[in-house]
Amino acid sequence: MTTWFRRGGFSTFLFLLPLIVVFGVFSWFPIVRAAVMSVQQTNLVTAPRFVGLDNFRTVFEDPLLWTAVQNTAWFALIALVLGYPVPLVLAVIMSEVRRFRGLYTAIAYLPVVVPPVVAVLMWKVFYDARPEGVFNTILGWFGLGPFQWLQSATTAMPALVLEATWAAAGGTVIIYLAALVAVPHELYEAAEVDGAGLWRKVWHVTMPQLRGVLLVTLILQIISTSQVFLEPFLFTGGGPANSTLTVLLLIYEYAFASSLGGDYGAATALSLMLAVFLAALSALYFWLTRSWSTS
Amino acid sequence: MTSNRRTAAALAAAAAVAGLLAGCSGSSQQPDGGPVQISVVSLKPGSEQSAFDAFEEQVRQFEAANPGIDVTSQEYEWTGPTFTAQLAGGTLPTVFTVPFTDGQGLIERGQLADISSYVEGFGYTDRFNDTVLRAGQSEDGQIFGVPTAAYGVGLHYNRTLFAQAGLDPSRPPATWDDVRTYARQIAERTGQAGYAQMTQENTGGWMLTSLTYALGGRMQSTQGADVEATVDNRYAEQALGLLRDMRWTDNSMGSNFLYDWGTINQDFAAGRIGMYMGGSDVYESLVQQNNINPDDYGLAVLPLAPGAEAGLLGGGTLAAVNVRATPEQQEAAARWIDFYYMSKYLREDAAVLDARTNADADQPVGLPELPIFDRATLDRYNTWIQPFVNVPLAQMSSFTEGIFEQDLAGEPPAHAQEMYAVLDSVVQSVLTDPNADARGLLATADAEIQTILDRG
Repeated sequence: MTTWFRRGGFSTFLFLLPLIVVFGVFSWFPIVRAAVMSVQQTNLVTAPRFVGLDNFRTVFEDPLLWTAVQNTAWFALIALVLGYPVPLVLAVIMSEVRRFRGLYTAIAYLPVVVPPVVAVLMWKVFYDARPEGVFNTILGWFGLGPFQWLQSATTAMPALVLEATWAAAGGTVIIYLAALVAVPHELYEAAEVDGAGLWRKVWHVTMPQLRGVLLVTLILQIISTSQVFLEPFLFTGGGPANSTLTVLLLIYEYAFASSLGGDYGAATALSLMLAVFLAALSALYFWLTRSWSTS
Repeated sequence: MTSNRRTAAALAAAAAVAGLLAGCSGSSQQPDGGPVQISVVSLKPGSEQSAFDAFEEQVRQFEAANPGIDVTSQEYEWTGPTFTAQLAGGTLPTVFTVPFTDGQGLIERGQLADISSYVEGFGYTDRFNDTVLRAGQSEDGQIFGVPTAAYGVGLHYNRTLFAQAGLDPSRPPATWDDVRTYARQIAERTGQAGYAQMTQENTGGWMLTSLTYALGGRMQSTQGADVEATVDNRYAEQALGLLRDMRWTDNSMGSNFLYDWGTINQDFAAGRIGMYMGGSDVYESLVQQNNINPDDYGLAVLPLAPGAEAGLLGGGTLAAVNVRATPEQQEAAARWIDFYYMSKYLREDAAVLDARTNADADQPVGLPELPIFDRATLDRYNTWIQPFVNVPLAQMSSFTEGIFEQDLAGEPPAHAQEMYAVLDSVVQSVLTDPNADARGLLATADAEIQTILDRG
């Protein structure tokens, strides 16, 4: 014990303590509390009542659950098709640029710095469905539109993805740029000697070298898009007619939509279901892609 | 030496965490023997500074009259989600307000304090309009919420847009056919939305219910303790048909179909909307939050279809006390409710003081109200404050003259807000999808609402 103390074990423990306490209180305790609440009926004012799996049953029987799951999957799919390649393409182009690279990086990262609520309010103005709206005016110059944007069940979700991609791409661009720097220059030189053009260099050198990072950013994107909340909450409130109601927004509605006291049991039950699904998906993903990983 | 320094640094870090956690645990205990401390809701966030000044002046007047009570105020705007979060988190102030629709549900769930003994001490409980008082009473007649204001849904219209469209601002629409014709004319001649409708955060259901009532329908029927959803009725279908025609045939509803209470007020005050339905008390907020030009504003009674069943949806506000408050705080809270909300209707000195304080701060005085006691009491109050009235009452004459001839109908008796939430998407569908099947949507909503009602 004395040796442990003298070797700094105690001070190490004390240094760790803030992290353990903060993480425990603000991360693990809420998770455990949510697990407990998922089998209770509680309004957080009167005493909770144990209800077994009733909350899970309620969630499964809610027709809005499947609407929310479909909408979330739709959001994730459009975000994957539209949002996943964009940062990669931008990063590759920017890594090739010799002059003003810092400026381009700053411009690419700027949307990440804009507070999300401000960004959404700004885009709400852009998405004005009148012909005089910002986007409709611009598209009108090319004979397109006017589009309904957020005011139509068909276009609302793609409109949310567009903003979300704009807002998040900068962060991923920085990650890709950092990874691109680490690609050995000799590989490109060798490829050039072999007569490879830009496209072949990207496909045969850059992509394989980045595959570890690409695999991680892909699963991170899937996880984050499965938890999309901010955009539907602020842009449309889940409308028009539930067309942008996502799983997280449904969780929020379970908890807060009824002013008589929320159904926190159903909200935590659905939260746990989502967490388990994402954990299983991540495990499956890494198992399926283990042979592609660089590590 | 190094080890000592490291231990000291580690201890400092541990102490910092302890401090952080201590900071997280707020204390609401009052010092023994000191004044009773209560917190009360003040005005909506974003209100003008002069409005807050007037409110704080009233707090000072109360504290001067009640030396044993300390009042702190906090900004407040009732919305379902924020209220629920505050309720669950225990952060509601001692005195807060809720809509009539939630009174019974909150009482049943034990979330409001029983303030009967204090309120009865003020000596006017028997003078309340029975229907109005019932919104804040439990089944056995105990008082948990004091009705402080009642409203009817009215038709707000922009007089300037009316004039620009070639309509007479002193002759608002008298029928729903008029509303449709006027909306088309405003849209064609001004380029602004002739008529707009709230559709989000339960307001879509609220306004669909208002329109359905006005056409002669009802959304729930009661037999004893059983409540049945009657959303799928021909009047609701007719209401949706009217909206569909204005939206898709006339194109007179502008381009925003995701309005909530705040955003529709904002656009109306900015001159982008010709007409919309809303509570008759909204002018105060249009002034305090949206800086409306008073010359633009007009308020008319909602057109009611011919027939005995057509009625005007009315509602109101209850002042309630936090169930977690101590008995001393509950008593002090009841005194505040009496001072701030009630005494002006019953005592001339209180009415004059309230009106003068608000008028001095350039805040609206003399808004049209519905009686929470009886018509005579309201008329007497209006006489007392007459010298201070600063709102354009002449522009609201259609409402003030017509409202007492309309049959006032209460909001649906059970789970009204949850019902409104389900109906939001019905209205949104009709306004955003030209092929929406109104009948089918109502049938689905009816079943969904019945499930909510059955759950109790």
